[in-house]
Amino acid sequence: MRIFNDLWQKIKDKIGDYRKYIVRFFSDLWVVFRNNIRDYGMYIALVTIFIFFTITTSGLFLTPRNVFNLIQQTGYIAVMSVGMTLIIVIRHIDLSVGSIAGFVGAVLAVLIVTYNVPSVLAIPMVLLVGLGAGFITGFLVAKIGIPAFVASLGGMFAYRGLIFNSLQSTGTLGLNDPIIHAIGGGTIPAITRVAGMHLLTLIIGVVGIILFIYSTYKTRQEKMNYDFKVLPLDLFIAKLIFISAAILSITILLALYKGFSWTLVIVLVVVAIYHFMTNMTVLGRHIYAVGGNPDAAELSGISVKKITYFVFSSMGLLSGLGGIMYLARLNSATFTAGEGLELQVIAGAFVGGTSAAGGIGKVTGSVIGALVMASLINGMQMMSLGSNIQNIVSGVVLVAAVIFDVKTRNMKKIEA
Amino acid sequence: MSDHILEMKNITKTFPGVKALDNVNFQVEQGEIHFLVGENGAGKSTLMKVLSGIYPTGNYSGQIIFNGEVQDFRSIAESEAAGLAIINQELALVPEMSVYENIYLAHEITKRKIIDWNQTIHMADKQLKKVKLNVNPGNKVKDLNVGQQQLVEIAKALSKNVTLLILDEPTAALNENDSENLLNLLVELKKEGVTSIMISHKLKEVTAIADSCTVIRDGLTISTLRKEEIKEERIIKDMVGREIDNIFPQRPKYKPREVVLETKNINAYDFASSKQVVKDANISLRKGEVVGLAGLMGAGRSELALSIFGNPRDYERTGDLFLHGKKVNFNHPGEALKSGVVYVSEDRKSEGLILRQDVKQNISIANLRSLSKHGVIDKNEEIIVAEKYRKDINIKTPSIEQTLENLSGGNQQKVSVSKGLFSNPDILILDEPTRGIDVGAKFEIYTLINELINQGMSIIMISSELPELLAMSDRLYVVAEGKITGELSKEEATQENVMKLATL
Repeated sequence: MRIFNDLWQKIKDKIGDYRKYIVRFFSDLWVVFRNNIRDYGMYIALVTIFIFFTITTSGLFLTPRNVFNLIQQTGYIAVMSVGMTLIIVIRHIDLSVGSIAGFVGAVLAVLIVTYNVPSVLAIPMVLLVGLGAGFITGFLVAKIGIPAFVASLGGMFAYRGLIFNSLQSTGTLGLNDPIIHAIGGGTIPAITRVAGMHLLTLIIGVVGIILFIYSTYKTRQEKMNYDFKVLPLDLFIAKLIFISAAILSITILLALYKGFSWTLVIVLVVVAIYHFMTNMTVLGRHIYAVGGNPDAAELSGISVKKITYFVFSSMGLLSGLGGIMYLARLNSATFTAGEGLELQVIAGAFVGGTSAAGGIGKVTGSVIGALVMASLINGMQMMSLGSNIQNIVSGVVLVAAVIFDVKTRNMKKIEA
Repeated sequence: MSDHILEMKNITKTFPGVKALDNVNFQVEQGEIHFLVGENGAGKSTLMKVLSGIYPTGNYSGQIIFNGEVQDFRSIAESEAAGLAIINQELALVPEMSVYENIYLAHEITKRKIIDWNQTIHMADKQLKKVKLNVNPGNKVKDLNVGQQQLVEIAKALSKNVTLLILDEPTAALNENDSENLLNLLVELKKEGVTSIMISHKLKEVTAIADSCTVIRDGLTISTLRKEEIKEERIIKDMVGREIDNIFPQRPKYKPREVVLETKNINAYDFASSKQVVKDANISLRKGEVVGLAGLMGAGRSELALSIFGNPRDYERTGDLFLHGKKVNFNHPGEALKSGVVYVSEDRKSEGLILRQDVKQNISIANLRSLSKHGVIDKNEEIIVAEKYRKDINIKTPSIEQTLENLSGGNQQKVSVSKGLFSNPDILILDEPTRGIDVGAKFEIYTLINELINQGMSIIMISSELPELLAMSDRLYVVAEGKITGELSKEEATQENVMKLATL
């Protein structure tokens, strides 16, 4: 009887231990979640949207083919949203980006078709055109001191006019250039297909996951060497598994179809560069300081003017890149290329958690934001909903995202 | 008793951590000019904000009796309706509107809901005559000078049929002539039955036209003087009367060492306010010395500091700056920082800190280069630095990842100072380092100043709290209207001497 009681006691203790463990795990998880709710908000929104459309389209939304198309539709917007994030972070706006994108596309088409410039040369040339256009806006804002809204509104009209000038003699200009074609819809070479899957895509995906795990682990080790607080091991492993699984499933999904597109590669490279720049470098920190409080930044020895020049020039460069991707997608330069694009780009940045009050915003967030908006349109089209509904829903989601931003802005961090 | 137009009884108003007004009693008689004087931060403006409903009823305790009735003003509109108007230091005029539009703004003269412009212009003209302002009512306010704008404000108040006019430092921004005009006008208006309360730092104005004068110090009413009792010496004594007790940690007497910083005839003109903010300033700072800059708010102390610190507000500057005997020219705060000159702003919220960023990011921002290699920040080193300051300077925060918005004023100030120190300055300019922080935090700042001096730093300290400035400085300059009006050694520096130079 006594042995029985002891055993029962042991089992009860054991259950108690597990219970305590689970309670602690989830309370840790909750703290991490709550302290980062602004960052996780859009990821949750994105997943919700994916689940919703997958159900309403009986799975059609999540087919490899549609996911591929979705990425192609989002690519040029995402690239430009990255630049717009920084513009909004330093408390400005740029309305000229759609026209710059269209203009850069038109110039590229003219160079290639009319002047027979090889595209490998023409592309860097027109990227410089974009950079220059952004620099001019930066000059008007930083040096002359006019509001960015007005300066870029002027640009929006002027570059639209220049598109007409460029295409005046030729009209809409079709292209037949292999590089442009690849940027528009091509994918990286497969090498071979394994089990019906695009091999190089799989390799890149797996290498990516390994790199991710390695760098996250290394960061954690370094922090532990300094005796800094790190995520508890179980949460850390959960995080690694979760993110790796997410990368892996997207990789497999795409590998089942045509593999990674060049569009996706461009987006990933741009995001990687900007993510690194904003998070790890002095320049990035200075940009956020200028956005957070320009007067304090100035008194801290940061030149607000130089930062403004840089951010607008980078926006111009990325508008140029977006313009090339847009041109490549259509495979022709048109008079209306990039019309209204500036607003989609701005919406992406706002949905992605960039704060209109300045100083806050992540480039990864804006890319997800752009993807959220594109997914909504894509999904609603698959549900055969009219453009009236599409517009209403987009508008509501945009406003809801900013409400979320405002409401979570001043939340105190809680201690684990 | 019945001749009191206004009685404020037992007014107490607290801000988080500070008792701004402590059982203040204040009485104004019908048809007098009553001055309200006291040091900066004594509670004068707070009292007037309570009176005019800017701090609505319920925000303070005590009773206001105006025109024989107990009043519970919840807004300026209500206090104006009762017949009292406040004219603040920052004028409430719309620069792009005409004079007559401004005078009748928010109480437009209408006929069947439509503005009667002819009547408006006619009435505005009458009001302008009352204040003896000879301008076309159609002129835009932005085209008038400050003195004229002040008169427009008074005309606006009169147009609302007020019986009690409150003026908060109306002459602070005026020149001699305009000031005199304004004082004469108040005397004129008195004859027509308008009672005035005037806040002023210029004691000669008090002796010139006051019928009575109330002195406030540290949120307490110290005295109310009748016309025959009003003497400059008496007012100064009441204003500064508190004993300097041992809230200031001691430092050994300063033995002069070499000059580390010197200015020669610095002039600065501010385009934003169209004002000469610094006039021919010559100051010097020695190694290991605390030099105080005394003066009233707006006297030009911060402006002088900013002229030295790379001119972030783009004043038009002339004059020379010498650092360790070498002539230098800082065109941007970044250049000053690199040369070891650091300025800690008086306004930590609006220009000292980035409130939306966390403690560590704020501390490191002015000297990220020391934490980075090829432009990439070593975030682990950044944490170490922040933790060091958190410990050394005793920043009370749950973590260095807390955003500044969630910290108290005293701790924000410590972060602001830490940020300055992280640039390894040898010359530190502290502008109002103890403004709005509690006594304990103040003591910690004073102790820190002494430690820094021991380490061989040189400090310019700007403060509107005279006792602290007198206790902390080895030597001080008094600034008034952009000019250095005097240099006082530690022995000469008494509150009376400083006040005299500051109110010249």
